Amino acid sequence: MSLTRRSTLAALGGGLIAAAAAGPRAALAQASPPLRIEITEGVVEPMPFAVAAFLPETPGVAEAAANVARVVAADLAGTGLFREIAPSAHRGLVTSFDAPVAFAAWRALGAQALVTGAVAAEAGGRLAVKFRLHDIQTGREVGEGLRFRGGAELWRRLAHKVADAVYARITGEGGYFDSQVVYVAEQGPKDARRKRLAIMDYDGANPRYLTEARALVLGPRFAPAGDRVLFTSFERGFPRIFLLDLASGQRRALEDQPGTMAFSPRFGPDGRTVVFSLEQGGNSEIFTLDLASGRRTRLTTHPGIDTSPCFSPDGSRIVFESDRSGRQQLYVMPAEGGEPRRISFGEGRYATPVWSPRGDLIAFTKQNAGRFHIGVMRPDGSGERLLTASFLDEGPSWAPNGRVILFARETAGAGGAPGLFSVDISGRNLRPVPTETFASDPAWSPLLP
Amino acid sequence: MGTLSKVLIVMAALGLAACNNPDRYLGGDAGGAGYDDGWGGGAAGGIDAAPLGDVRNPASPAFFQARVGDRVFFAVDQSTLTPEARDILAGQARWLNENRGYGIVIEGHADERGTREYNLALGARRANAVQEYLVSLGVSPGRLRTISYGKERPVEICSEEACYARNRRAVTVLTLSAGS
Repeated sequence: MSLTRRSTLAALGGGLIAAAAAGPRAALAQASPPLRIEITEGVVEPMPFAVAAFLPETPGVAEAAANVARVVAADLAGTGLFREIAPSAHRGLVTSFDAPVAFAAWRALGAQALVTGAVAAEAGGRLAVKFRLHDIQTGREVGEGLRFRGGAELWRRLAHKVADAVYARITGEGGYFDSQVVYVAEQGPKDARRKRLAIMDYDGANPRYLTEARALVLGPRFAPAGDRVLFTSFERGFPRIFLLDLASGQRRALEDQPGTMAFSPRFGPDGRTVVFSLEQGGNSEIFTLDLASGRRTRLTTHPGIDTSPCFSPDGSRIVFESDRSGRQQLYVMPAEGGEPRRISFGEGRYATPVWSPRGDLIAFTKQNAGRFHIGVMRPDGSGERLLTASFLDEGPSWAPNGRVILFARETAGAGGAPGLFSVDISGRNLRPVPTETFASDPAWSPLLP
Repeated sequence: MGTLSKVLIVMAALGLAACNNPDRYLGGDAGGAGYDDGWGGGAAGGIDAAPLGDVRNPASPAFFQARVGDRVFFAVDQSTLTPEARDILAGQARWLNENRGYGIVIEGHADERGTREYNLALGARRANAVQEYLVSLGVSPGRLRTISYGKERPVEICSEEACYARNRRAVTVLTLSAGS
C-alpha cells in the first residue's frame, strides 16, 4: 500500500477547501505522494520528522551545513504541522548523502519523514545545498533530490528553499519560508512613539531599517513582485503615500496634493495600479492611481469613511471597509467602481479586509464587545471564523500560500506595545515572530524568486 | 511685542522646527543632531522644557492654550461637536480673530480602540469639523490647515475610558503663518 501515514490537520473549518483535501481513496486513485499531510477537519497530530545532519562535502562548510539544517528544521517545526525528532537522537545515522538510508533505524525513532542533505562550497564564494526527502514507512524517496545554489551569504535563503520544497511535497501546497516581511519598527514611550519602516526574513532574521525615525510611518505593503513597497509617511508634515524601490532605496511621494491626506495604499495584482484612500474636507474616499500615467480614478462617493481597500487576486474586485451603515463593515465592489455590496453582517465592526492570494478567503480585523479579533470569511461573507482574540489584534497579512496570517498584537495599559504574531487559518499555531523592537503593521512578501 | 520676540515665543512654546512640519511630537529635526542610531531623539525621548510666554498676557500662546482652551473632545467614533466643544471653539475663534499673526493647524486624534487606518480617517473628520466651525465663526480659511494623527499620538496612555476620552480630541495648534 503506497498510502502511508497521514496526519490529519484542521487547517480550515467547514470543508472550505474540500477540493484540496483529498481523502484516502482519492489519494490512492490520484497517485498522490505517499508521504502526505492531508488537510481536513479533525485533530492535529503533527507529523514526526527528522532533519539528518547536513553533510559538509568540501572543507570549511561544516558550520554552514549545521546552520542550514537547523533553519530547515525550524521552518518545518514552526508550521505546527511537523514535530521534530531531536538531532541528538540520530547523530551519525547518515554518513553519506548518496548512501542507502537506514530506514529501520529511523522507523525505530518514530520518524515518518526524513530530510537528508549536504552542503558544498563552490567557486566564486557560492554555496550548493542539496537535499532528499524520504518516506520512512515505505522506505522510498519522495520526489527527486534537489540542489539549490547561491552566494554563501544567502545560506538562510537556501535553507528556506529546501524547507519550502519539503513542505510543498508533503502538504501539496506552496511554501512560504523564502519570503520577507516589511513592518513598522517602534521604540519609545506610548505617547511619543518613534516609528521606522523595517524589513526582515519571514522568521525575523536579517532585520534592517528602511527609513529614519524622523517621521511617522504607517502601513507598508509589498508590490506583487516584492521589489517595491508602498507606505504612508508624515515626512512632509502631512500623511502622504510613498513608493520605495527596495533595490535602489529610491522613494517618491505619490498624490502630493496640499490640503488632502492620502493613506492606506495597496498594489493591484498588475503592480501598476495602486488603490488607496484620499481624504478631502474630512471625507475619505477610495481611488485608484495608475503609476505610469499618474491618472487617478475615484471609485466611491459617500460621506462615510471608505478606507483599507484591497484588490482580489484576479484584479476584478475590491474589498474595503466603510462606516456608511453607521459603523465599520466590509464591502466588495467591482475594480472599476460601482455599487458596493456589503459582505459582513455579524456583531461588532469589521475592518482592514485583505484578500487571500488564493482568492478563497478575506482576512479582517473584528472589534466586538471590547475585544479585537483576526478572522476570515469567504468573499461572499459566508463562513466567518475568528482565529484570535486579545485586547488589540489588528492588520492581517497573508503568507504567499494563503495558509498563514501575520498580524500585530498590542498589549494594554501605559506600557502597552505591539508585536508581531502569526496564526494559521485554522486558528492553530499562534506564535510570536521575534523582532528586536516593538513592531506593527506587518506585510508579507510574495515568495522570493 | 516685536515680531522677533513673538516668533521666538511661538517657536519655543510649540516646538515648531518649521512651519511645514507640524509633527511637533517628534521635535522636528532636533532628533537628527547627536544621534546616529537612526532612532532620533529630541522631544520624543528626553525632558522637554519650553517657555510658553506669560499666561497673563491675553495675546500669548500660553493664554490661548490655558485660558481659551486649545482642544475639544469627542464621543466614541463621533466627529459631532458637543455644546462644550462649541463654547471652546467660539472662544478660540474670538482669540484667533484678535490675534491674526498666527496660522492654525488643527490636529485630529482618536483613541487606541480602533484600527489604524480608520482612526486616521476619523481624526481627519474631527479636525475638519473643527475647521468648518471656526470658519463659520469668521476665522479666515487661509489661516487654517488640518492634519490627522489617528491613534498615533495619544496624550494619555492608560487603557481606560478616562484616557480614551482625553485622546479623542482635536487640538488647535498655533503656527507662524506665512507673511505675518
